[in-house]
Amino acid sequence: MDAYVHLVPWIVLIPLAGFLLNGIAGLASENYRTRESFIGTVSTLAVFIPFVLAAYLFIMMQGDSESASISLFTWIEAGDFSTDIGYRLDQLSLLMTLVVTGVGALIHFYSIGYMAGDEGYWKFFAFMNLFIFAMLNLVLADNMLLLFLGWEGVGLCSYLLIGFWYTDMAKSDAAKKAFLYNRVGDFAFLIAMFMIFQTIGSLRFEDILAGTALFSTDQVFLIGFLILIGATGKSAQIPLFVWLPDAMAGPTSVSALIHAATMVTSGIYVISRLSPLYMQSPELMLVVAVIGAFTAIVAATIALTRYDIKAVLAYSTVSQLGFMFLALGSGAYVAAMFHVVTHAFFKACLFLGSGSVIHAMHHVEHKLHEEGKEAHFDPQDMRFMGGLKEYLPSTYKTFLIATIAIAGIPPLAGFFSKDEILVMTFNAGMGEYGAVYIGLWAVALVTAFLTAFYMFRLTLGIFHGKFRLPEKVPQAAGADKLLHESPFTMTSVLWVLAGLSVVGGFIGIPNFVVATFTGTADVNLLSNWLDRVTLDADLILSKQVEWMLLFGSVVIALAGVFVAFMLYGEKEPESQDRRIATRLGALYQVWNDKYLLDEIYEGAIVRPTVRVSDRVLAVFDMKIIDGFVNFVGSVVQFAGSLLRYFQTGLVQSYAYGIVLGVILVVAMLLFR
Amino acid sequence: MIELDWYLGLSAVLFTIGVIGVLTRKNAIVIFMCAELMLNSVNLTLVSFSAQLGDVHGQILVFFSLCVAAAEAAVGLAIIIAIFRNHLTVDITKINLLRW
Repeated sequence: MDAYVHLVPWIVLIPLAGFLLNGIAGLASENYRTRESFIGTVSTLAVFIPFVLAAYLFIMMQGDSESASISLFTWIEAGDFSTDIGYRLDQLSLLMTLVVTGVGALIHFYSIGYMAGDEGYWKFFAFMNLFIFAMLNLVLADNMLLLFLGWEGVGLCSYLLIGFWYTDMAKSDAAKKAFLYNRVGDFAFLIAMFMIFQTIGSLRFEDILAGTALFSTDQVFLIGFLILIGATGKSAQIPLFVWLPDAMAGPTSVSALIHAATMVTSGIYVISRLSPLYMQSPELMLVVAVIGAFTAIVAATIALTRYDIKAVLAYSTVSQLGFMFLALGSGAYVAAMFHVVTHAFFKACLFLGSGSVIHAMHHVEHKLHEEGKEAHFDPQDMRFMGGLKEYLPSTYKTFLIATIAIAGIPPLAGFFSKDEILVMTFNAGMGEYGAVYIGLWAVALVTAFLTAFYMFRLTLGIFHGKFRLPEKVPQAAGADKLLHESPFTMTSVLWVLAGLSVVGGFIGIPNFVVATFTGTADVNLLSNWLDRVTLDADLILSKQVEWMLLFGSVVIALAGVFVAFMLYGEKEPESQDRRIATRLGALYQVWNDKYLLDEIYEGAIVRPTVRVSDRVLAVFDMKIIDGFVNFVGSVVQFAGSLLRYFQTGLVQSYAYGIVLGVILVVAMLLFR
Repeated sequence: MIELDWYLGLSAVLFTIGVIGVLTRKNAIVIFMCAELMLNSVNLTLVSFSAQLGDVHGQILVFFSLCVAAAEAAVGLAIIIAIFRNHLTVDITKINLLRW
């Protein structure tokens, strides 16, 4: 791959150029800000061109190609420590690059229509490009420090983009929340880096992966655990997942970018990258798997109770990320990356589809206001929707395809990746800590059922039944005529993503499916592709067991869909939810309250911290620190007030001073 | 041939007269002339050392200081005239524009 690695810096730098162009020109000129189509095109191209480059590299590269590195310049040099701005091209980083730039470019293109007319249009696209730049640094870095730069970069950009409509206090609070929860994880990540450096003496992945044997068992556990804490922050796992559902406060295309393709996958990426390290400690793997499985089910149960369509999707993202962590913890790195890829397709499609719905509902509210009707409703609340499939045909079809994909119904993309995770978890149940893994497998199975259920609850609630807005809000009578499909730039992207959700799964067909009929088979492209980069656990299950598991997951998914149809088919979701709530009692209440996690953090951490800051630190700040600073200032002021009487403005008095000084100096020279 | 000491003595006397003039006189123009006196006493020292040592450097330096002194005189006189137009005086004790 050495012949092509020189293309890699361009992949990273072109989005940066897009950011700089839009950012600087937008800052400098009021005129430029209004040229929306130009801004959008530049910005989309700044992501699309890297995608073309990555695709070219992908064609040129084989599954067994050696990894290659390119160093642009030495970044930091201090003592024994030295770090380059260097990029690494291998199968894993290229796969992530393809997903980030591919899905990213589609989301940019979609945003051209979605953000039209927003006064911060140029700023939005500049931030989006910066986000892609940071993310590409993260996935292509050849050392941990540069990875960390990208890691912090996506954190910053998520803050900027989630809080994009910063005049709304709730939205800027959500941005702050995302930023701070990520910081908690980052500190652990930093400590892990120090510990790695202490043992290896270098932060390059090449050296780390070659030197994993140098770590003691305890060190492996500790380092892996600290990186895991960092990953729980970025990838929204227990206990740090609460920021992600709030992060949907940003524009919908931002949610699609963050939730589907980029930032939240970085935790999975980094653990896959360090898979040889993780595989050394079965305990560590178990911790990863447990966190993943519990996040998956906790988020899935919360998603059951939400009405805000973006909230359902956000919790669904958390839940799917939990699946990916479960795969990581089961030693199925390929399965985890597989789910990253397929999830990027269908979750981006779902988020952008919800954006299209919100767009339409916003339009209704806007038109009603123009007609002088005071109709207030939340355009993201599915209780006001229903029956939209007639008005938004493209959105409906693509949304449905993506829903089927995420629910895990064959042969769409989500089925293959989720099935592989379930198989690999069961497979891990054959090894050390087997009983626990079997338990986690059961949890995952329940979650898969819930996923199918809540996703169809959402789709049915939005698109089936009849349009409920006119009954709920009396002023909105006849509002259904105001509904309209989104422009071509938006629906075309939905169709591309829906297409990818259909065919995306075929890159990772399990080998045993074909092997049953032909004897042997080697059809799992993704597994062949990532073979050199990640260290996977061996699959030891027999074909019969695998077939049973596969049928099991199909049955579970179909059961989820069936139950959802029975409950929500043509009926109103609210009354159905009330029936479920009375049946489940306190349990439903806990789900509805989101396990009170936000309240617990608020009570146990935030409020005590604020109180200590108020009572002790603020006093310390004002009295001691400010006092010292003011004291220094007033000493200087006092000295100045004495000395200024020497400044008479009379030349002769100064001349006296000079002459006396000269005499003094001469005397010292003569009589020393 | 007059001894070097005499030249240096004369130079010291001229310089001291210049310094005292600068420190004690009130008329800005007189102070200006005293400053010229100091410059020329230094020129005298340079020239006498130059002759004594048979080295031309001192004389070259005198050319420089003469040029600079001429330029300074032109600028200085202009400033004094400007001040006089504004204040109708060149009494240095009454001009304290550079006060705090």
